Amino acid sequence: MNIGFIIDALVTIIGVTTPILLAATGELVVEKSGVLNLGVEGMMLIGAVTGFAVTLNFGDSLGDWAPWVGIGAAALAGAASSMLFAFLVLSLGSNQVATGLALAIFGIGLSSLIGASYVGTVIAPFNQVFPDWLAEDPIGRVAFGHSPLVYFALIMVVAVGYFLNRTRAGLILRAVGENDISAHSIGYPVVAIRYAAVAFGGAMAGVGGSYFSMVITPMWAEQMTAGRGWIALALVVFSSWRAGRLLVGAYFFGILMTLELYAKASGFSFLPSQFWAAMPYIMAIVVLAVMSARDVAGSEAPACLGRPFMPNS
Amino acid sequence: MSLVTRRNFVKSAAAAGLAMPALGGRALAAEPLKIAFIYLGPIGDFGWTWAHNKGRLAVEEALKGKVKTTYVENVKEDASAIPILKDLAQQGNKLIFTTSYGYMDQTVEVAKQFPDVKFEHATGYKTLPNLGVYNSRFYQGRAVEGTIAGHMSKSGVIGYLGSYKVPEVVMGVNSFTLAAQAVNPKITTKLVMIDSWFDPAKEAAAVQTLINLGCDVIAQHTDSPAGLQVCEQRKAWCFGQGADMHKFAPKTQLTAIEDIWGPYYISRAKAVLDGTWKSEDTWWGMKEGTVVMSPFAPFMPADVKAAAEKIIASTKDGSFDVFTGEIRDQSGAVKVAKGERMPDKDLAVMDWYVQGVQS
Repeated sequence: MNIGFIIDALVTIIGVTTPILLAATGELVVEKSGVLNLGVEGMMLIGAVTGFAVTLNFGDSLGDWAPWVGIGAAALAGAASSMLFAFLVLSLGSNQVATGLALAIFGIGLSSLIGASYVGTVIAPFNQVFPDWLAEDPIGRVAFGHSPLVYFALIMVVAVGYFLNRTRAGLILRAVGENDISAHSIGYPVVAIRYAAVAFGGAMAGVGGSYFSMVITPMWAEQMTAGRGWIALALVVFSSWRAGRLLVGAYFFGILMTLELYAKASGFSFLPSQFWAAMPYIMAIVVLAVMSARDVAGSEAPACLGRPFMPNS
Repeated sequence: MSLVTRRNFVKSAAAAGLAMPALGGRALAAEPLKIAFIYLGPIGDFGWTWAHNKGRLAVEEALKGKVKTTYVENVKEDASAIPILKDLAQQGNKLIFTTSYGYMDQTVEVAKQFPDVKFEHATGYKTLPNLGVYNSRFYQGRAVEGTIAGHMSKSGVIGYLGSYKVPEVVMGVNSFTLAAQAVNPKITTKLVMIDSWFDPAKEAAAVQTLINLGCDVIAQHTDSPAGLQVCEQRKAWCFGQGADMHKFAPKTQLTAIEDIWGPYYISRAKAVLDGTWKSEDTWWGMKEGTVVMSPFAPFMPADVKAAAEKIIASTKDGSFDVFTGEIRDQSGAVKVAKGERMPDKDLAVMDWYVQGVQS
């Protein structure tokens, strides 16, 4: 086994992990503010189709800038769709679980509708940003050969961790998620903060979705995220709402999935393939069981998660 | 209030007179035959479901006015298919196509409850008086791909991206491998099943893995063009699945297997309209035009093209069948004796891989 082989495997792992990490980082902030948005899958798909459509349609006029604008549009589209959810749950006080599921279904449908005319078209992959001598270097490519979104995902998870734990604004956001009534009574705009958190989550899900349609497979296919939004949601729980564990968990998932593929292709059939496919979920259950056994004092979930807060009613 | 003048009256009476035969005609004509399809994926997958939906549209086009088709997409291959099928039967659909292997038992169960509805199940093997099965000999196309792969592979290791270990997929893997071995006896096939029909990210990761492990030609039996895009980036030869996918891999797609369901769907709809429908086990292929190879890539060497053309021609005239013995399984046991052809009933339940498949 040579170094090139390991680097190739790493590239696959990073590709599998990045979109989940992006979406989960956004959802972490949403849930820390006390809102449970189950619509990640739908927002990812809306982001995916928007990023693709914008890049395709403005490819001629914008040239090299088209994918950047596409990513921006994906973020905006994800945020816009999350505002529908936010209005319903934050301003009208509707049930967050039901509304989130509705958003997921809505996103699947809307993205299919928008994307219908794009089936079978392609764009150039939004891959490397570093110059060729770095990005195509046999060793250097492990650090420099990726899509900008890979670096963006890593920066964002670190930034979110810092924001939540080391800044005053992050403290306020957590306070809103832990005890909305107290936060409100000392003058913090609970609903506005939650709107902002939901918008951020939507934007990150949109960018995560665009990773499918612009980087891994630069095309549009209906429901191309194939359930990664749900995995991102599970990952937030799995990480017990901590950015560091989120990063580890996302890569853990990516490594398991890649290992599964390598094991199968290498002919290690001592385990049935269904077992490999179930592995991430089995591990999730094991980790959750271990964690809950350790933290007998109580759940690590934000105390107000999923609870409606209507200050004016 | 509108005034009834003589002129107005004449006009409206004339209009009514004109309209009446038309109305009467509509009332007299038989109700259009309602046909329903259930699909595994979204119709925009540009693969399996997309091809079935094209078949549905072909029925609408060919039998305009006589049929009314509906479809349900993204139907899971589990118990949730049963209420969907019951619904479709209760809505008056008289011919229902269930277009994936995994709907087999669900179709059987619902078909028993609705004896006056005709069911057609794709790629399965269980029949009832009102349930027929149909399939296409895609493995014939796989043999063409295998022949090409045998010529094009320099490493002697070829890759196969699969979905599930069901006979339909196993047949393809074996046909591909046997045809490649006929060209280069030392060739081996690395097989990855991703436990999904449609998951572009995982398909891409699996193809990356196959290429990383030394495969230089990749065939696939999953539904999205994701794998082809990876092959294009990594410069590995590849084949489209279900449709000509050269747009996704302009420099590396050698050919593709196109699924053409239209002719079959039209013939079955006509049979129901004529009252001649009966439960059959139909297995069309290259000869009948349900399996078609896309145009060979211009960069494919002439001798490889000739070899592939020869397989196509001899498949159509029946002189070539890839499942002709001697065929051994992975353990080396002889499964098909020398010179014998594997019968359809064995093919339809194939669950073992030939020697040279690494899985």
